[in-house]
Amino acid sequence: MSDRIFGLVGLLLALGYAWAALTIEESFLSDAVGPKAFPLIIATVLGLASLAIIAKPDAAPHWPSFMRFLEVGTAIAVMILYAILLPELGFLIATALAATYLTWRLGSAPISSVVSGCATSAGIYAVFHLVLGLSLAKGPLGF
Amino acid sequence: METLSSLADGFAIALTWQNLLLALLGCFLGTMMGALPGLGPSNGVAILIPLAFTLGLGATPSLILLTSVYYGAMYGGRISSILLNIPGDEPAMMTCLDGYPMAKNGRAGEALALSGVASFVGAFLATWGLILLAPQLVKIALLFGPAEYFALFTLAFATLGGIASTNQAKTAFAAALGIGLATVGVDTQTGVPRFTFGEVHLYDGIDFLVAIVGLFALSEVFLFLEHRHGASDASGHKVSVGRMMPSLSLLKSCTPTMLRTSFLGFVAGVLPGAGASLGSFISYTMEKRLVDKDGTFGTGDPRGVAAPEAGNNAAAGGALVPMLALGVPGSGTTAVLLAVLLALNITPGPLLFTQQPDVVWGLIAALFIANFMLLAMNIPMIGLFTRVLLIPPRILMPIVAMVSFVGIYGISGSSFDLLVMIGFGVAGWVLRKLDVPLVPIILGTLLGNAMENNLRRAITIDNGNWWTLIDSPLSIGLWSLAVIGFVLPIVFGRILKARMKHMAKDEEGAVVD
Repeated sequence: MSDRIFGLVGLLLALGYAWAALTIEESFLSDAVGPKAFPLIIATVLGLASLAIIAKPDAAPHWPSFMRFLEVGTAIAVMILYAILLPELGFLIATALAATYLTWRLGSAPISSVVSGCATSAGIYAVFHLVLGLSLAKGPLGF
Repeated sequence: METLSSLADGFAIALTWQNLLLALLGCFLGTMMGALPGLGPSNGVAILIPLAFTLGLGATPSLILLTSVYYGAMYGGRISSILLNIPGDEPAMMTCLDGYPMAKNGRAGEALALSGVASFVGAFLATWGLILLAPQLVKIALLFGPAEYFALFTLAFATLGGIASTNQAKTAFAAALGIGLATVGVDTQTGVPRFTFGEVHLYDGIDFLVAIVGLFALSEVFLFLEHRHGASDASGHKVSVGRMMPSLSLLKSCTPTMLRTSFLGFVAGVLPGAGASLGSFISYTMEKRLVDKDGTFGTGDPRGVAAPEAGNNAAAGGALVPMLALGVPGSGTTAVLLAVLLALNITPGPLLFTQQPDVVWGLIAALFIANFMLLAMNIPMIGLFTRVLLIPPRILMPIVAMVSFVGIYGISGSSFDLLVMIGFGVAGWVLRKLDVPLVPIILGTLLGNAMENNLRRAITIDNGNWWTLIDSPLSIGLWSLAVIGFVLPIVFGRILKARMKHMAKDEEGAVVD
């Protein structure tokens, strides 16, 4: 069943891609092939592959329970927050928070998560910024 | 003779303090990444590319660092296979079969040292193979026009699933998806924006580094979160190593095995669609047929450890041949190495050998140096690497995630790229659950533009005649190979994969009994 849904999504993707390819505005200066032809070929391959997946699906994979789904979903949300807040909070604070969360969710005790999260952040900061001179996001506090 | 003098020049480039230090660092990091289950060679190289890039290393030093990581990871994969019966990466699967029983018999140190030597022999011979074969392939490649290149790219995609692929539709889907992603951005030939939906960030196209790090590294983090696999695999196991040096007689008895399987592995590596996993599988099965007269394979026969290790390291070297000479990688990790080259503005392929010989020969010299370093590192320091196995994923995985973010942020300094990377991470997780291979996606984003440009060039040269694509015997040959390479796995893939699985299961069962 999973594969059938996946194939259907793929088919929609192929149709959407083909439609977007057809609406590309051509410039008056164009080569013999133009910017549309290749994407249309690719859309065809994508569509055919999706049809083949719908026609001959593999056995369904083992999907996690709802709680595990929620777990992955929250982790994604935390990473998105991290990406947005990184320039606001600065590297050290944002990274320490995100690493603490991930370590905790992977099964560390709360206190040791905080310790290892802070250590991860400080360690990366030391190696990449202080030793290697990579520029990391600067927050209001300068780090 | 010419080759030898080029090689000498290469050594002159590689033998600077900076490059030696980078090679040492790469070997060390690579061995660690190979050893840790969940961080394979592709992941390891993927995380490090943005860093090498943002640190402003030149082309040759970055390549030296990253190929050392690649070779190192191939060495490192065996450690957890032998000690824990968990392959550190896919090619090391076959090493479990005899490595783990040897460890159970109290010969873990010998198995580790022997497999280190076997890895060295395989990789060393394969590097010689690379030197001899790549220039010949370049001569052929110089005959290629745009139409032949288009056919060659198609061949690469068609065979990428490999002979052991179980679902070619999914491979084709992944390749088309990757190529489709590559078409996002301003069209290079006419300058019109495509698939950008008015978003200015997308005009430059999707940075393939963002895609690679997201798909490989972040999706791994999500997999670990899903299973809350936070405890170290090594906890509870007694990791004792025992005697470190293999006796001379043991090495002597394994030498014919190592030589044969190095050759076999190299060939498997060069051929498109085979790669290191198949290299080690073929090596093991062939040796078993050839020398296993008393039925000792699978119960801790040293030759059963030497065969797959020499085979997979030779395949790793062999896979560099098409990548360097044609610009078309044959395996996942070489696809990631291709990304390194492209990020550094180097176009691999036949012209690389004539225009930038310093890069090619510097790299090849670095491979030799890395090999000796790895041999030196892997025998006396093996105790240190076994400690690495005790690092639990709950500490390691957040580090992987954070280093990925640092690398991508370092390239552009924009949150937008980080969000795109997270998107790729989620997509990678879902696709992995659905058993869709990720390597064709990567290769598609890397080669999509070159493929389209060659197609358009070929047809424009011939005034819009599409039949020009199958006009020369060379391109007809390439197209037929592509068709065969795509269809063959549909017939044989399931059988082969089932046999690989079956074999691994059988032996596991034998160990438990």
